[in-house]
Amino acid sequence: MTPKRKKRLILVLLVVFAGVAAVGLLVFALNQNISLFFSPSQIAAGDAPVNTRIRAGGMVVDGSVKRAPDSLKIEFVITDFAEKVTVVYEGILPDLFREGQGIVAQGAMDKNGVFQAIEVLAKHDEKYMPPEVIDALEKAGVDAQGNTLKKDYSINSEASQ
Amino acid sequence: MAKKQIMPLWFYRLASPKYCYQITATLLPYFAAITLALLSIGIVWALLFAPQDYQQGNSFRIIYIHVPSALLAQSIYLTMALSGAIGIIWKMKIADMVAYACAPIGASMAFVALITGAIWGKPTWGSWWVWDARLTSMLILLFLYFGVMALYSAMGNSASAARAAAILSLVGLVNIPIIKYSVDWWNTLHQPATFTLTEKPAMPVEMWLPLLVMVLGFYFFFATAMLLRLRNEILLREKRTSWVKQLVSEL
Repeated sequence: MTPKRKKRLILVLLVVFAGVAAVGLLVFALNQNISLFFSPSQIAAGDAPVNTRIRAGGMVVDGSVKRAPDSLKIEFVITDFAEKVTVVYEGILPDLFREGQGIVAQGAMDKNGVFQAIEVLAKHDEKYMPPEVIDALEKAGVDAQGNTLKKDYSINSEASQ
Repeated sequence: MAKKQIMPLWFYRLASPKYCYQITATLLPYFAAITLALLSIGIVWALLFAPQDYQQGNSFRIIYIHVPSALLAQSIYLTMALSGAIGIIWKMKIADMVAYACAPIGASMAFVALITGAIWGKPTWGSWWVWDARLTSMLILLFLYFGVMALYSAMGNSASAARAAAILSLVGLVNIPIIKYSVDWWNTLHQPATFTLTEKPAMPVEMWLPLLVMVLGFYFFFATAMLLRLRNEILLREKRTSWVKQLVSEL
């Protein structure tokens, strides 16, 4: 490589590294703000502000969904398998909402420690599976990840629909 | 000045606009035919024969457009930034033209990825758009493409335009790992990657094979579209040379 080209190569590398350094510091400083939601553990630890619009995300606990018989009001518990947060919501839920499903709720924590949601979004995982395969797996008693299922899992989630 | 030759001779000759124009003329029909074959097989396979998903039903089929276009948007950006760097370091005209040819194709891929993502997000997540790290960094990628295209259209196809656009795309290069790892570094609504190089895909074969065909088809589509734009650009920028004048007079 000629000295001139070497100089230009160093210049190009400097530009890339300067970009990486600048954005890296920015991202590092904004780390908490980039995350879309607080986990139940963060909320329990007091990291999430009270009475401020935030998002909370976690898995809907099996058997925790309670629906009001005469309205769209719904109450359920989300967990990150360490802490739990109760969520109250009134409105239409996404199709993928079910027990054992990851969700992200927007709303605020009230002073009783209940999350008052104004929007519930379903988070789906990266696993895809044909329905016949899932049926076969359920008969064998394992879920899509190969974990052993609780016996009443499928009945439970159907009953809550 | 004696030079070491590391690569075969044809590789060096690609840097000559005339030779590049000739060799791409022979390559182009093959690329176009492969694109057509892969995309038509892939679409029919993905939309009609691949099984539906147990949770999302048929709406999951949008993955067959969404994933290839998102992948291509990032690959094209890498191609654009790398050829921009080669253009700066070696002052190679063809590298500048490749970078120029890449920008609008990459922008349209990023646009398709964002649109299909929004259409997919509505039925599955319950929202067209969420400001999470993956979606936002992908939007920034689209804006980077727009920035590069704006620079070209403001400065014409001069050497200084190529240099300015290359520097912008090199600065924006940092966004590519951010897009890729956003789902691992932060809490996002977007799910983590289904495909990784190290693990087996979280999807059965009958679902990912058509996706593989679609991804390859998209890559060949990019190659075809890029070569078309590149050949156009070669003729435009070399219009004063004798070989282009002769080519035109033969028409």
